[in-house]
Amino acid sequence: MAIPLQYNLRNLLVRRTATLMTAGGIALVVAILVLTLALASGFRQALVVTGSPDNVIITRSGSNSEVLSGMNRETARIIESMPEVARLANGQAFAAAEIVVVTNLPRRNDPVGSSNVTVRGADARALLLRPMVRLVAGRLYHLGVPEVIVGRPLSQRFAGCGLGETVRFGSREWKVVGVFEADGSGFESEIWGDGEILGPAFNRVGYSSLTLRLADPSSGLESLVKRVEADPRLHIDARHEDDYYRAQSEMLANVIRALGFFLVAIMAVGAVFGALNTMYAAVGARAKEIGTMLALGFRPQSILLSFLIESVLLCLVGGVLGCLLALPIHGVTTGTTNWSSFSEVAFKFRITPGILLTGLLASIVLGIIGGYFPARNAARRTVAEALRES
Amino acid sequence: MTGPIIRLEGVTKVYRRGSVDVPVLQRLDLEVARGEFLALMGPSGSGKSTILNLVSGIDTPTDGRVIVAGIDLGDLDASALAEFRSRHIGFIFQSYNLIPVLTAYQNVELPLLLTDLTRKERREHVLAAMAVVALTDRLDHYPRQLSGGQEQRVAIARAIVTDPTLFVADEPTGDLDAQSATEVLHLLQRLHTEFGKSIVMVTHDPHAAERADRILHLEKGVLVESVERKRP
Repeated sequence: MAIPLQYNLRNLLVRRTATLMTAGGIALVVAILVLTLALASGFRQALVVTGSPDNVIITRSGSNSEVLSGMNRETARIIESMPEVARLANGQAFAAAEIVVVTNLPRRNDPVGSSNVTVRGADARALLLRPMVRLVAGRLYHLGVPEVIVGRPLSQRFAGCGLGETVRFGSREWKVVGVFEADGSGFESEIWGDGEILGPAFNRVGYSSLTLRLADPSSGLESLVKRVEADPRLHIDARHEDDYYRAQSEMLANVIRALGFFLVAIMAVGAVFGALNTMYAAVGARAKEIGTMLALGFRPQSILLSFLIESVLLCLVGGVLGCLLALPIHGVTTGTTNWSSFSEVAFKFRITPGILLTGLLASIVLGIIGGYFPARNAARRTVAEALRES
Repeated sequence: MTGPIIRLEGVTKVYRRGSVDVPVLQRLDLEVARGEFLALMGPSGSGKSTILNLVSGIDTPTDGRVIVAGIDLGDLDASALAEFRSRHIGFIFQSYNLIPVLTAYQNVELPLLLTDLTRKERREHVLAAMAVVALTDRLDHYPRQLSGGQEQRVAIARAIVTDPTLFVADEPTGDLDAQSATEVLHLLQRLHTEFGKSIVMVTHDPHAAERADRILHLEKGVLVESVERKRP
């Protein structure tokens, strides 16, 4: 039978300074791990929720992002006329041909700082395709007028992007007439205006992409792709909008995770040494107790398990502390340049139950690594040896 | 079961200190009868504690046989020796060796965790053992909250709680004041006379040794004197 858990719990409590110091080291590692994962998860989530599985996005063949894509108006018209495209009540195709460009804007409260921002030229159908986009202040831009609406995070982070302010890009000035939200999606990091005015401002005559709603969401994409492939005039890629944005997030999310794991791995080495040190000290100080328990008939495996459990408990305390330390960052907005669109994406740190569980599991793994060798050391002692050491 | 509780046949024990062999016991033959209270005396390094370690299965001889309760300990592997100790040996150490982070109750319960007893049965055994040492009012006390004498009595309760075949006591009164030592010796004598338990006790104290049925004197690993004592 195992040595009672109370033995380990009480020992951790009695050596509370060493316990807290070691747990503190583990807590930092877990906090960094949780924050890194929350950063990657928030970024990914912002882009994934940007796309709807009901929509299909069409870009030039081989281009990985709307910014790099281009198509002429004829192409857009051909696709809009295809039977797989849903129709609005007025008979128009349920589709929006859009111009997507990147412009550099100065940051608010930072005269020398600037960042790239995505500007989307669209008509009213764009809003119908993305019902999550809703105005929270002001009004929608008028067609044919140099007016724009701005995602809420952008309005706060960039100079001239506040409601009623004027922002200069594309060789002219634009009045900000509305601020919108889009459920935390990537659209919130964009400026939207009338494509017919935005295009000439950026010397664009065609479109960047076409987004459409399928008449039959279940098999429509397959049929559309077949029709496109059969048409020699078209050199385009068609994919579900959510798949497109997921792919957009992939590279940077992976880089964030990889860098995060690298940082965590380095810190974890230090933390494991902390745990090793604490547990070796515990084993050394408790030679008499180990000897006594072996003398009473507890087997070496029970001693090993007991010290291993103690190490895991010690690190789990650190894991819980680390999660608590990271938790207040949940929901905090930050921004980074999306490597696919070369423009800034604002997003929120997103700490999910899965991420917290990963943090706790990491602390358990650190506990096992940090506790195994001291525990094995404790279990390998002979009774006489352990009693003599006391 | 009849026959001696302990039989040592030609037992030699040599410790190795670096490259030097240090002989501690030399071809020792010894028999201890069932129910006998044996005291081992002698100067430091004479081999008293080594005998205790050998008969309790926490050390192995370099040569010879150690048979306790009819079991040849040389036939047992580490796991079987652990099982042997938990079933047959009650340890009483000079410095009590209580687990400081466990209460008196939990310390006494510790060896019972190696049995199949239920929690309720374990509680009954612990209370009975604590009653024998007259410490039922100290169940929830931690060792640091007890006097030395009380700690040793808790240790005795821990030794008797599994009703072992043999008690081994290594200087049980070595760390105690005179009154506490008397109480502990009285307890050991009760275990011997009332419960008929076999006891092997190592001591430097002649007064403590007087409680035993027989006193063996060792010097340099050899028995030099055996004194039989008459019980009144």
